[in-house]
Amino acid sequence: MTFTDYFIPTIILVITGFALLKKTDIFDAFLEGAKEGISTSLDILPSLICLMTCIGMFKSVGGFGILASFVQPLTDFFGFPSECAPLIFIRPMSGSGALSVYNNIVSQYGADSFIGRVASVMMGSTETTFYTVAVYFGAVKIKNSRYAIPAALVGDMTGWIASVIAVRMLF
Amino acid sequence: MQYLIGIIVIFSYLLALINNEMSKLSLSIITECANAVNLSISLCGSICLWSGIMNVAEKSGLVKQLSAFFTPLMRILFPDIGRYSKAMGYICLNFISNLLGLGNASTPLGIKAMEELKKNEGVTDSASNNMIMLTVLNTAALQLFPATIITLRAKYGSATPSDIIPAVWVVSAITLSLTVLAVKVFSRFSKRST
Repeated sequence: MTFTDYFIPTIILVITGFALLKKTDIFDAFLEGAKEGISTSLDILPSLICLMTCIGMFKSVGGFGILASFVQPLTDFFGFPSECAPLIFIRPMSGSGALSVYNNIVSQYGADSFIGRVASVMMGSTETTFYTVAVYFGAVKIKNSRYAIPAALVGDMTGWIASVIAVRMLF
Repeated sequence: MQYLIGIIVIFSYLLALINNEMSKLSLSIITECANAVNLSISLCGSICLWSGIMNVAEKSGLVKQLSAFFTPLMRILFPDIGRYSKAMGYICLNFISNLLGLGNASTPLGIKAMEELKKNEGVTDSASNNMIMLTVLNTAALQLFPATIITLRAKYGSATPSDIIPAVWVVSAITLSLTVLAVKVFSRFSKRST
């Protein structure tokens, strides 16, 4: 048992306890939120079907192996597992695309392998950068985003490299 | 995205043609679309559970209290926004929703904050430094509990699915700090066009 085992139950305990204290109708509020969750999971289904089929096609003909061998000199230089390289390309562009690639990586290499862990940390600590920038600036009709993309990409690149270092050091 | 899909389809077909692996390709098409449904079903439970729990947190006022707690930190990142301004309120709520993984709540709140910023400082269609800071904070994904990843790790036989959380925190914190630094540095060299 590790301290991370406490994590999920503790969050639930704190939130439930606070809600009790404030006399919130816990069941009602939960149902309302959970209902939104159903539409969220249904909303991502069409793009998951499209992207997972694409990625499955690519994988079945050995596409990932070819892609990995292309970037290998560069990834080796940073000590980065080339199997995770496809995530770098897709993660900033599409959330469900990244989910499909991630699903493919953990199913193939195992969740507790070095590769699986690096992919997990990468997924957990980065976002769909281009999409977010487009939504935020699009909503207020800002056309010139100036240095927003370069600054966000600095963050993404830091995230990729730090993921590998963190997994090396913590596991 | 549409180009990427096109390239993958054409590339896969050609490669299968060359290597005589059309049966493999055909099989993958048939099975993968079913796998996508599988994936979304196995995620549905955890997405609904966390949306439900986080809605309890919101309704009980916990999110608001936590957001007040983060105001001092946000004052450092957005020094020229008034402490009690609407924009600051939305920015803090947006930050805490991200932290709690409330995707459905954080984007509308972020957009509200952007609208407030535009009202106060948006005379042109060029982004202000505060707008960029807010957007970039949202691309840095500081998340306390990556539920989707943990669910998938459990699905693929991880013995301790949540043991990546400390690593995710460390990496997120480093990423966030460098992103903020990048915004602060770049803002010195970039002039807002009028």
